[in-house]
Amino acid sequence: MNENIGVPELEESPLKEHWHSLRQNKTAMAGLIIIVLFLLVGIFSPVLAPMDPLEQHIELRKSAPFTNGYILGTDDLGRDLLSRLIYGARISMIIGVISVSISLFFGVIIGMISAYYGGIVDKIIMRLIDMMLAFPYILLTIVIVAVLGPSLTNAMIAIGISQIPSYARVVRASVLAEKENDYVLAERALGASDRELMFGSILPNCLAPISVQATLGVGTAILDSAALSFLGLGAQPPTPEWGLMIASSKEFITSAWWIVTFPGIATLLAVLGFNLLGDGLRDILDPRLRD
Amino acid sequence: MIQYILKRLTMLLPTLFGVVTLVFFMIALAPGDPARVMLGERASKEKLEKLRADLGLDKPLAQQYTLYLKRVVHLDFGKSIKSGQPVMNEVKERFPATVELAICAMIFASVLGIWIGVISATKKNTWIDYTSMVGALVGVSMPVFWLALVMIMIFSVHLNLFPTGGRINIRYYFSPESNFYLIDTFKYLFQGHPEYFLSALHHLILPSIALGTIPLAIIARTTRSSMLEVLKQDYMKTVRSAGIKEKRVIYRYALRNALLPVITVIGLQFGLLLAGAILTETIFAWPGIGKWIYQAIEARDYPAVQGGIIIISTTFVLINLVVDLLYSVINPKIRLQ
Repeated sequence: MNENIGVPELEESPLKEHWHSLRQNKTAMAGLIIIVLFLLVGIFSPVLAPMDPLEQHIELRKSAPFTNGYILGTDDLGRDLLSRLIYGARISMIIGVISVSISLFFGVIIGMISAYYGGIVDKIIMRLIDMMLAFPYILLTIVIVAVLGPSLTNAMIAIGISQIPSYARVVRASVLAEKENDYVLAERALGASDRELMFGSILPNCLAPISVQATLGVGTAILDSAALSFLGLGAQPPTPEWGLMIASSKEFITSAWWIVTFPGIATLLAVLGFNLLGDGLRDILDPRLRD
Repeated sequence: MIQYILKRLTMLLPTLFGVVTLVFFMIALAPGDPARVMLGERASKEKLEKLRADLGLDKPLAQQYTLYLKRVVHLDFGKSIKSGQPVMNEVKERFPATVELAICAMIFASVLGIWIGVISATKKNTWIDYTSMVGALVGVSMPVFWLALVMIMIFSVHLNLFPTGGRINIRYYFSPESNFYLIDTFKYLFQGHPEYFLSALHHLILPSIALGTIPLAIIARTTRSSMLEVLKQDYMKTVRSAGIKEKRVIYRYALRNALLPVITVIGLQFGLLLAGAILTETIFAWPGIGKWIYQAIEARDYPAVQGGIIIISTTFVLINLVVDLLYSVINPKIRLQ
């Protein structure tokens, strides 16, 4: 593409420039560090977890933190809480990435087609999207899971599907602005096909708002899957999923505070990481917000 | 203006039609047989078929759909399988509980959120601003159901300050009329029983805080950025140069202009709360629409689920429409587009 534009030499690539402003942005960096930590914990959970997250030691159940050799204590079945949290990081990261990939994939295609072709196609698609947005988001997710049957996979699918409209809207809005540019006209005149124009030329220039939406979306997905599992519609026991861990701790709020507290803090931190990065990215990528 | 309202209302019809269609087919195509759910695993074949015929489940899907559409137009959503009551009655009975909770949550979120937003904006880039904005980000990242449990653990179980759930002390017997307990118990305030009203209020506090946390964070952020935008405007310099006291400048002049986007956010969040109260209601044993629909989903009570979702979504769409219209009243630029 660079040859087409004929810019002799870029002093600094846009990616490098963004990385530079990212490093200047404290919010984004804090978020990025949290995310990287959680990702590392997720990837290396078998190495990091001191114990098997499913192994029960009934005689040591509800051990308080720092007793019986458990750093964060044990749950009601005597399973090591820390190990379960560590494996939970892996599950939550996977959920976040997969649900967002589903919404991104369909959202980008739908939004792109809607904006690129315009006219009646756009009208029909936007109508359908309005229809989906007429459902309060959480209700839509719950109903989809209820129809598909409760499981972690279906929870990811449900979250992915119910987020498609918001992605489609973001993509549509930025494509609408982008497709009027001269370079699109020029490339069309040079004989580029619709598909090349849509996904080869326009899409790369719309990545800024999409990446902000996707980053924030991972946080939302983690939060929602925890909520679904909490309601019994997501992960099923004995999966060490954070929302499910909170749900099964309900009965012990009088006797064992750690079983309730730690999975919630883990969820909060992971989601916070994505929200911090998403916020920071928005500041960096949206020039209007720059002071 | 009337033209604009009419235009928006006619745009609403296809959306609602789509909602009904989508809900009908989603539930109709869901695995599981409602008749079997009702009668249990050991029901005889004859009984099952009779019930299917009663529910209209033996007819072809297309016919079921047209029948359903006809009934929905007359606001007849059928009877709940579980209770045998008309779905509409069940919803009517429970909606006030949810609306009451949502209003309290929104009052908490709006008052505190706007105040935090204003303080943050006027003290931009000080530690107060940073703390509030990090706090707001923590708020939007919060698993609300967890916050609710932690609050119950601290304030109800350990400190014994608040009830763990329900709408009123069960020992207080009274017959609700509107099902808004704050309204229903209000008259007892003057009849020598202030404890009824106080108990209802007491029961509302923890669930309102839990439900209001995310809107609170969003409102604070919106207020801050909107205030910063207004404070940059030239007319603020004019106002200041007129020698008006700073407090008055902020609240009288700046905030009034900054409130537009905030009001939109409040309206949208309120609509979301009506449906999003599922978790909060479940945890606090709050007998509202969210808990009811969750139980209906669990029991595979299809007429209740279908009707409930359609009613909630319609309310949601209507609230959003009202917010939009209000916005265009305040800001004529929108209407002209």
